Amino acid sequence: MTRISLTVNGESHEAEVEPRQLLVYFLREELGLKGTNVGCDTSSCGACTVLVDGESVKSCNQLAVQADGCEVTTIEGLAQGDELHPVQQAFHEQHALQCGYCTPGFVMASVSLLAENPDPSEAEIRGALEGNLCRCTGYHNIVEAVRAAARAGA
Amino acid sequence: MIPAAFDYERAGSVDEAVELLAGEDTKLLAGGQSLIPVLRLRFARPSLLVDVGRLDELRYVREDGDRIAIGALTRHAELVRDPVLAQRCPIIPQAARHIGDPQVRHRGTIGGSAAHADPASDLSTILLTLDAELVARGPGGERTIAAAEFFTGPFETALGPQEMLTEVRVPAVETGTYLKLARRSADWATVGVAAARVDGRVQVGLTSMGMTPLRARGVEESLAGGGSPADAAARAAEGTDPPGDVSASSEYRAHLAQVLVRRALEQL
Amino acid sequence: MSILGNRVLRTEDGRFLRGAGQYVENLPLDGALTATFVRSPFAHARIGEIDVSAAEALPNVQVLTGADVDLGLFGPPPFPGLDAAMGRPVMATDTVRFVGEIVAVVLSEGRAAGADAAELVAVDYDPLPAIVGPAESAKEEVLLFPGSGTNVAARGGAPELDPTLFDGCDVVVSGTVTSQRMAACPLEPRSAAAEVGPDGRITAWLSTQTPHQDRLVLAGTLGLDPAQIRVIGPDVGGGFGAKMVSVEEILVVWLARRTGRPVRWTETRSESMVGLNHGRAQELTFTIGSDRDGKVAAFRLEIRADVGAYPGLGAFLPNLTGLMSSGVYAFPAIEASSVAYLTNTTPIAAFRGAGRPEATQAVERAMDTLAAELELDPAELRRRNFIPKDAFPYTTASHAPYDSGDYEGALDLALRAAGYDDLRAEQARRREQGGPKQLGIGISTYVEITNGVDETEFGEVEITADGGAVLRTGSFSHGQGHETTFAMVAAEQLGLPLERITVVKGDTDAVAAGTGTYGSKSLQIGGSAARLASAEVVDRAKKLTADYLEAAESDIVLDPALGAFHPAGSPAQALTWEELASRAAADGQLAELRAVHEFKGAPTFPFGAHVAVVEVDVETAQVELLRLVAVDDAGTLINPLVAEGQVHGGVATGVSQALYETFVYDEDGTPLTGTFLGYAFPSAADLPSWEVVEMVTPTPRNPLGAKGIGESGTIGSTPAVQGAVIDALAPYGVRHVEMPVNGENVFRALQEAKA
Repeated sequence: MTRISLTVNGESHEAEVEPRQLLVYFLREELGLKGTNVGCDTSSCGACTVLVDGESVKSCNQLAVQADGCEVTTIEGLAQGDELHPVQQAFHEQHALQCGYCTPGFVMASVSLLAENPDPSEAEIRGALEGNLCRCTGYHNIVEAVRAAARAGA
Repeated sequence: MIPAAFDYERAGSVDEAVELLAGEDTKLLAGGQSLIPVLRLRFARPSLLVDVGRLDELRYVREDGDRIAIGALTRHAELVRDPVLAQRCPIIPQAARHIGDPQVRHRGTIGGSAAHADPASDLSTILLTLDAELVARGPGGERTIAAAEFFTGPFETALGPQEMLTEVRVPAVETGTYLKLARRSADWATVGVAAARVDGRVQVGLTSMGMTPLRARGVEESLAGGGSPADAAARAAEGTDPPGDVSASSEYRAHLAQVLVRRALEQL
Repeated sequence: MSILGNRVLRTEDGRFLRGAGQYVENLPLDGALTATFVRSPFAHARIGEIDVSAAEALPNVQVLTGADVDLGLFGPPPFPGLDAAMGRPVMATDTVRFVGEIVAVVLSEGRAAGADAAELVAVDYDPLPAIVGPAESAKEEVLLFPGSGTNVAARGGAPELDPTLFDGCDVVVSGTVTSQRMAACPLEPRSAAAEVGPDGRITAWLSTQTPHQDRLVLAGTLGLDPAQIRVIGPDVGGGFGAKMVSVEEILVVWLARRTGRPVRWTETRSESMVGLNHGRAQELTFTIGSDRDGKVAAFRLEIRADVGAYPGLGAFLPNLTGLMSSGVYAFPAIEASSVAYLTNTTPIAAFRGAGRPEATQAVERAMDTLAAELELDPAELRRRNFIPKDAFPYTTASHAPYDSGDYEGALDLALRAAGYDDLRAEQARRREQGGPKQLGIGISTYVEITNGVDETEFGEVEITADGGAVLRTGSFSHGQGHETTFAMVAAEQLGLPLERITVVKGDTDAVAAGTGTYGSKSLQIGGSAARLASAEVVDRAKKLTADYLEAAESDIVLDPALGAFHPAGSPAQALTWEELASRAAADGQLAELRAVHEFKGAPTFPFGAHVAVVEVDVETAQVELLRLVAVDDAGTLINPLVAEGQVHGGVATGVSQALYETFVYDEDGTPLTGTFLGYAFPSAADLPSWEVVEMVTPTPRNPLGAKGIGESGTIGSTPAVQGAVIDALAPYGVRHVEMPVNGENVFRALQEAKA
């Protein structure tokens, strides 16, 4: 077992983890943050995307021990109480989610994209989302949502 | 899936990492973007993972005489946006943009990618095309390995079991291009072609045309003899053994190599 | 003003946006054991010894094999003609018939221990030759069920073909379309949990599309009274036709009973890629004959369906394909026949479109082939054969009872939106210039069948003591937004705002009956049931109001804007729902404000036209889809925002069949595309935006006038894209390209044409 300490959604945590434990299962099972989903086993689908020190990372493709000393943000950490983050709000307004399973990953990937590129073109948005898969929406409204969030100054 | 169990140590320095690698079945963990998928599918079962991901002293891009020195733990995303590379060796950021997806690029490292030696790796082809030098440290000290000697087979390199890459050194190459075709945007290359003018010679590298990245020697020979891009491109598949898989047959790959080499040369 | 037809944002979004989706894997279940299945790596093999000792040496691990499972066969489904001997053992005992078939199950404390133990289960396999594909199956050199004497699981359609069918035709052309095998790939892999209560009653939480039907299947397989089982479908992360109870869920429930402890299971993606039923996998040979002007006189479709290792829904779907083989055309004579073959692969079941994409792919390819032969513009050939707008209701020569349609209207809209003439001009320009990037334009005009087997859906509306409403529906959303759209249907009748209406679904204890969601039937039958139940509650409310106000019942009106009842002309006397309910509750009459309706719907036939524009690089054989224009008419639109979302998602899947996805086995039956690395599920970077054009032609077959839109986008888009690529390559002598029409297959077609 290895001792790690990290900040998740602004809260400090200390834990003893098995080195082989993936970050996604640490978040879900040790911290009870079930919003981050597992959609595949080849780090292809991005449903597990979180922010680590502000950058999008696939939490199924990181060991929990690698997050030691880091600041992790999950989907649960975006909204401020009742108020949704502009990206979440844009996803709602543009009907960018249907079954919702891929949504946390897309939202986090979009937050990371807009932090790096605040005014992306459609091609840049699509390219930046190449690591996230959705079966329900056909991506059209997701792209619209990111555009809307960019306009709203997200 | 869940990896098989392993022990874990974090190295505080390169020397410590080298020491820790001394056991049986040890593996280095840098960004984890190549290693963790392998662990999850249980294709590898190391007994000890040595984490070097925190060695921030190995994250840099700096000019070093006529070379550019890139620390082995520099992330792909850092390569993409580095101003020195953008100016002095733009083929590297251009190729790095093609690696995986943004999440992978936030974590994956140039050293990790080179040491993993996936035959379909874009960066490996660039390093081979530029005649890069790879600096490794091991129990015997430091040594420099030429790219031409580094990639020895699929997922095999010239690194000894206790050696760690610390730096990659590339020439300043202002004219270069990397063309990659893949089934999907985030996929490995079906075929990739790098073409660059290195010390006055045009050098051409191929991704996914064999068990390692390859130099298109026939193409280079033709160009050196005054051949046109079309003439040279006709020799693109010489000396290659392109794989056939669900993405493409070997005939298709051989054909793509010719087309992409011609287009890359025309762009130079 | 009615709420219907408005782009209403979804009321259920909040929990999904915040990461609070109630997927089965997220539900707490104290003390649950984790089940991990051990699956065969061989496509066809005899099972010898299974040594569980190394696995069971791990702490708290128990392993069960087929010998421990005392259950009868699962399936085949009750379709006529299927051989009961081809049923599937819930867990394999002596023979495995596809890679991924379950041979053992590990029970452990937690997922990691389960993975460790599953690896240690040592199964002695004696491999047998494996059959992959209908052609090999038809040879019957290797039989999957030797006792049955055949690999044919089912036959359908015309038992004998009429050799004179094409007599008198000036032109007859033929071809074959392979509608390749696809994996459903819902982003949420399957997940199930089960617990036996202190009273012996079972609760099963399933990631499913069909909670009520699953309950019946579980009861039947486990030999229990359905009343002993409660099935709860919480939030489900996509289904696409594939998520209906299968052997895994049966085993999870069986294990909970056997161990007395709760049991839960969530599959990995690689497990899902072989364990979850696949879709499509039909080879369709068409023959089409016409006069010199292109008026089609006869059409024949011969289908060879690959149904996988155990016949299921896949053995029935070719009947739907044959039923829809007239497409949007007035073919006077149609012959369709099918043979369903067993192979050593994952069983085939429903996948978005389920039998109808295949029909459309074959019919549209036939029309394009005929158009090329006659040197007619493909749009013009279609015009000469459409069933006219005034011909409805129309029964096709393949016996499909179309309700309403305006096929030419759909084509006109699509061509106009696409700028068809400009596209042809651009294509001509590029052809003349002769550069590597050539343009291709593909047209598809389609019709499909929704609520295909005349199903019934349950709706119950009751008013609560505080004047709100609860709608219980037997439909079950796995992304379709029922909480919003069904509430809209009720709101429109009741005159209550959306936030006062609660939609209850997915719990067999809370909803008395239901069929679930598939076949694009929910809104038309579930929504109609909700509408009728709501309307009846309004009638009852009027009666109660009349009693309270001592007025004539026939005088009472509902003011929907206020949600209040009053005698016509006397709005001052109005009783709001809140007041009415409160009074009724005090009187013990609240139960009057409740109604149940089971609505049986006839099949309905959405239709449309798609235009695809592709750019093909004839040197690299790479294809880029530049535009996809989609006209999809599914009748009345309750919520155009949600309907559009369905079209977007449907189109993406249809385009993906044309350009990217194909599930491939090697000759030993080993999957080559068993992960998201090998299986080409596209991202946003691989697809363009969609151009969706609204068209509404209501149906007379239900009170909403609605057909089902969920599968239309998929059905219309695939042939348009395949046709577009073939169109691009016509000057190079290419007549056909197999799907996916991208890369390798385009390269092959160009090479063959040069030869």
